[in-house]
Amino acid sequence: MSLVERITSFADAKVWYGNLPIESLYTVGIAGEKFFRAIKDRGVIMGSVCPSCNLTYLPPMMYCERCFAELEEWVEVGTKGTVYTYTVVGVSLGGAPLEQPEILALIKIEGAHGGLVHRLGEVKPEETEIGMPVEAVLKPKKDREGSILDIKHFKPA
Amino acid sequence: MAMRKVAVVGAGMTKFMRRAQETGRELAFQASRMALDSCEMTLDDIDAVALGTAPDAFDGLHMKGEYLSDGAGAWHKPYMRCYVGGGTGVFAAIQGWYHVASGLFDTCLVVCEEKMSSCQPHPQGAFITIFDHTTERALKPNLVWIFALEMNRYMTVHGIEKKDIARVAVKNKRNALDHPCAQLAADITVEDVLNSEVLAWPVQRLDISPTSDGAVAIVMAAEHVAKRITDKPAWVRGVGWSLDTAYWTSRDLYYPKYVEYAARMAYDMAGITEPRKEIHVVEPYDPFDYKELHHLEGLLLADKGDAARLTAEGVTARDGNMPVCPSGGMLGVGNPIAAAGLMKVSEIFWQLRGEAGKRQVPGQPQTGLAQSWGDLMQVGCVVILGV
Amino acid sequence: MSANIENFPGTPLSQADFDEGKILTTHWKPKLEYGWDAGVAISRYLAELKNGRLIGIKCNRCRRTVVPPRVVCEWCWEPMEAWVYLEDTGTVNTFSICYIRWDATRAKEPQIPAVIEIDGASRGAGILHLLDEVNADDVTIGMKVQAVWKPAEERSGSITDIKYFRPT
Repeated sequence: MSLVERITSFADAKVWYGNLPIESLYTVGIAGEKFFRAIKDRGVIMGSVCPSCNLTYLPPMMYCERCFAELEEWVEVGTKGTVYTYTVVGVSLGGAPLEQPEILALIKIEGAHGGLVHRLGEVKPEETEIGMPVEAVLKPKKDREGSILDIKHFKPA
Repeated sequence: MAMRKVAVVGAGMTKFMRRAQETGRELAFQASRMALDSCEMTLDDIDAVALGTAPDAFDGLHMKGEYLSDGAGAWHKPYMRCYVGGGTGVFAAIQGWYHVASGLFDTCLVVCEEKMSSCQPHPQGAFITIFDHTTERALKPNLVWIFALEMNRYMTVHGIEKKDIARVAVKNKRNALDHPCAQLAADITVEDVLNSEVLAWPVQRLDISPTSDGAVAIVMAAEHVAKRITDKPAWVRGVGWSLDTAYWTSRDLYYPKYVEYAARMAYDMAGITEPRKEIHVVEPYDPFDYKELHHLEGLLLADKGDAARLTAEGVTARDGNMPVCPSGGMLGVGNPIAAAGLMKVSEIFWQLRGEAGKRQVPGQPQTGLAQSWGDLMQVGCVVILGV
Repeated sequence: MSANIENFPGTPLSQADFDEGKILTTHWKPKLEYGWDAGVAISRYLAELKNGRLIGIKCNRCRRTVVPPRVVCEWCWEPMEAWVYLEDTGTVNTFSICYIRWDATRAKEPQIPAVIEIDGASRGAGILHLLDEVNADDVTIGMKVQAVWKPAEERSGSITDIKYFRPT
């Protein structure tokens, strides 16, 4: 046998099945804690401000990636934005067709640097447009858990 | 070789913790910012960033290097992640060194981060993939096996007893009482180690370092820049690294030959011919107590099988003739894998500058060595600093 | 520098911070399943295990016979082509007595993993396996051992076709 020898019959090819038995438990972090608590407790979306670079980070960061300042100033950025880009998702993670296609968008909020990736709701795929004004729809306060899913979706404003 | 002189000019680190609230990139930022502040530099002064971090599965982030980049100060900068398992921390400093020594960059920020607490139910789930998936994992091994097998071989070949090895854990955990970032500092006795839970004989609970979250960063600079930044640069005098075969069951586990090769490369570069006289303070990789001994022998700082005697006689104590792990090592400070290796480089930096506080070894050391070890217990990485 | 700093950054959390929901977290349970190709050399190794035999491979340059077999000698960087049947006996190179499982939980019965140098392979060439039918206190480095095979009809082409090694 040599390096260039090839297995020509699939029956000869041995495959060994196994897994990587891990799960992940992520803390949301210092900036994340403030961001998600604000959504959960007060229903507001906040960004963190770097005064020297004149940027409001969304999602907020605890530091400015440009000048490395620790960011201490936080502002509410409102719940209204515009669709910067979007896609219509027709299949699930496993590749099966979805009964109801999902619209996934990057939503820019005026004055904020960055944006939120989220679902669009209360709108049909064929009605969706880049530049469309949208607004966050929050879950009722009692159902909010401090997660990005506390925002149900964004709807046309 | 026409290489430029390179110095370490600043260092910073977070606490080492069982679980940190900070995300990985927030930890990377805290350490990086502290390293820059320590030498009064800003991100604008940094030409390139070298990042070291262990497998993505620990943090639970695929492409962890990219994820960490902004926290490591790499926005719009040349950036590269290196990875050689447990050896990563010292290798990242070597990577930073050749970025600058080559003449390509004048300054390089070197950052190492690990957030092992994300990994559930236990980081062992990721560690077991170091075993061959077909010929070894079918036996349902755990990571401790491999260390227990190596430790037993080392003990048996040299006739070393467990109590001789336990002294390393006692020394390092005590040294760590003086480290403000330590996770497992403790005043324990040899009996405590010998009475601790047996995990995989000969490895017991107190022979082993913890899993940790944390980050460390250092700033490296070319000679002309370093001299402007500080009057106490710690020069990189030598670097070395080497890998043995991944067929670990074919190696003789009693002696880390690859560490010797790495050390010889570094000693040659540094012009060191008598390492036992010329190295004044050592931070060998100590994820297990026997590894400190194993590595001192591989580094040629002890005869084969003799490192335990040096420990028993106090030679390796903080006030001994050859202080070893004055930081408290990974056994005492903690083991956020890549960050633990870079912690050793920063400890040597602080020791040589006389800035180690309560951990300071006496006698104004001029030359120190940091070493890390990893992959499938097959890589040795060495950095020698001098003032 | 470190001597002058009292407060190093970092926010340590306790288990209670998680249990009592004092901090926010997200959880992810990925399905990380793989089908690894055994490859040319290990496919043959597994096939021979199914036949109840251990096979190694010899480098024609350094004359070393290794197990598990591989397609290239990592010492000489030469293709390895000379298959060699090995004995199913060997010598314990090193061993451990293990009380914990892969996920760090406590096992009821200890296991004895060992590196076993296989007779017929070059000195030092061993494989990872388990020892049994022996009192843990009686195991020594240098002890002679022999493979205990599963019955032919239960063998599947796996290293576990050898149930364990026992003292000869």
